[in-house]
Formats: sequence, C-alpha cells, structure tokens
Amino acid sequence: MSDATTGEEMMTIIAFSGDLDKLWPTTILASTAAANGMDVTVFATFWGLFPLVKDGEKIGHDAMTKMLAGMNPPGFTKAKLSKMNMAGMGRSMMRKVAAKNNLMPPEELFEMCLDMGVKVWPCQMTMDLLGIRADQMLPGLGDPAGAATALARMAKSEINLFI
Amino acid sequence: MDVAKTVDATGQKCPMPILMTAKAAKELQEGEVMLIIATDAGARSDVPAWVTQTGNELVESSEEGDVLKFYVRKK
Repeated sequence: MSDATTGEEMMTIIAFSGDLDKLWPTTILASTAAANGMDVTVFATFWGLFPLVKDGEKIGHDAMTKMLAGMNPPGFTKAKLSKMNMAGMGRSMMRKVAAKNNLMPPEELFEMCLDMGVKVWPCQMTMDLLGIRADQMLPGLGDPAGAATALARMAKSEINLFI
Repeated sequence: MDVAKTVDATGQKCPMPILMTAKAAKELQEGEVMLIIATDAGARSDVPAWVTQTGNELVESSEEGDVLKFYVRKK
C-alpha cells in the first residue's frame, strides 16, 4: 500500500461505529472534505467494518463470531440506530425521515465518497478478529491496514476524528 | 456575467449542494463562472466556506425567498 500524501490538507476519520446515525456524519464529513480538496482517509475498525461488508455475506469464523454477526448483521442497509432503534422500527423511521427531507442515505453518500477519492482502509486486525475476509467487503476499498498505518496518517492530518 | 455552468441544487440537503459544486468546478476552466442555486439554508454559509477552502472566488450572492444564488469564479 502506498502512503504517499499529495501535499493537500488531510483528514483522517477512525470509523469505529457501524450505527446508522453515526454513518451519516462519517460519510457527510468525508465527502465534503474531499469536495474541499482535502486528502481524506477513513480507517474502518470494529463495528465500523460491518457496513462495508457486501449484502448477504456470511461473516464469522467460529460459533461466537457467527452469532455476533447474526445479532448484528453486516451491510449498510442493516445498520441500526445508536439509540431508540426499537428492533428496527427506529431505523426504518429515521430512513423515512431522511428520504422525506432529501437527505441521501449513507450507502449513497459512501459511494460519493469513493467517487471523490476518499480512501477507505479496513482494519486488518478487527477483520481477522470478527471473521471478515477482504473479498466479502465492498469494492473500491483500500488494502487492509493496521494501527501504525492509521497513526502515520493521523500524525500528518490537520483533522482527526473518531466516530 | 457569463455563466459557464449552472449547478441546480434546489431541494438538495447538506452535503449535496457542496458535492455538486465541487464536481462542477472540476469541469470549469480557470476564470469561468458557475452559478449555484440552492434552497438548503445551510448553503448560505457552506458555499462561501467551500469557496474560501478551495481558493476560488465568490463574485456575487443573492437571496430571494428560500432561493440562494452564488456566482463563483474558478481560480
């Protein structure tokens, strides 16, 4: 993987959460920073990996991680609200409110991020931990990376966020 | 003022007006002006902020009811 920087201002987001309501700030800030001409990296780790898994992929490498994926299904469209999810009712209400107000869903904003050159790096360690293979993840992502790679970028970034 | 390109972000919410503006700016030649039309109240400060951040020039802006208009020259 290349860690070359372009000399532009940089922003790095550690996307730890896979919650629907947190995927909005992550994708909105990443796409807008790219629109502002910044060099943007999203480093996805733990729950933040789940939205990046293709719909319908079975993840998990043993009984426990499979059960975890069963309780917390991967894919953008399965993301829950961080509060008031109410077994999916809150999520579906929030998506309806967003659509009614012309706010793009996070999966579409994520596509825009990739189009605008935002780099998305999945965390190798949590992929191994949770049983997620690179071929199960959405196309257009960067190579899986580790904490030292994330920190190297964060040290050079004007803006660093943990969402 | 010659407008080389118009970005109609009417009805679009944050961050779409800015994403559409950035996309259109890539297709402009230096010195050309684009007109951005938005109805998201956030665009009132977002478009000027984007202009400053990207080093372009806000030539003129106006407001009529909910409709915001920005003329931006590519630098």
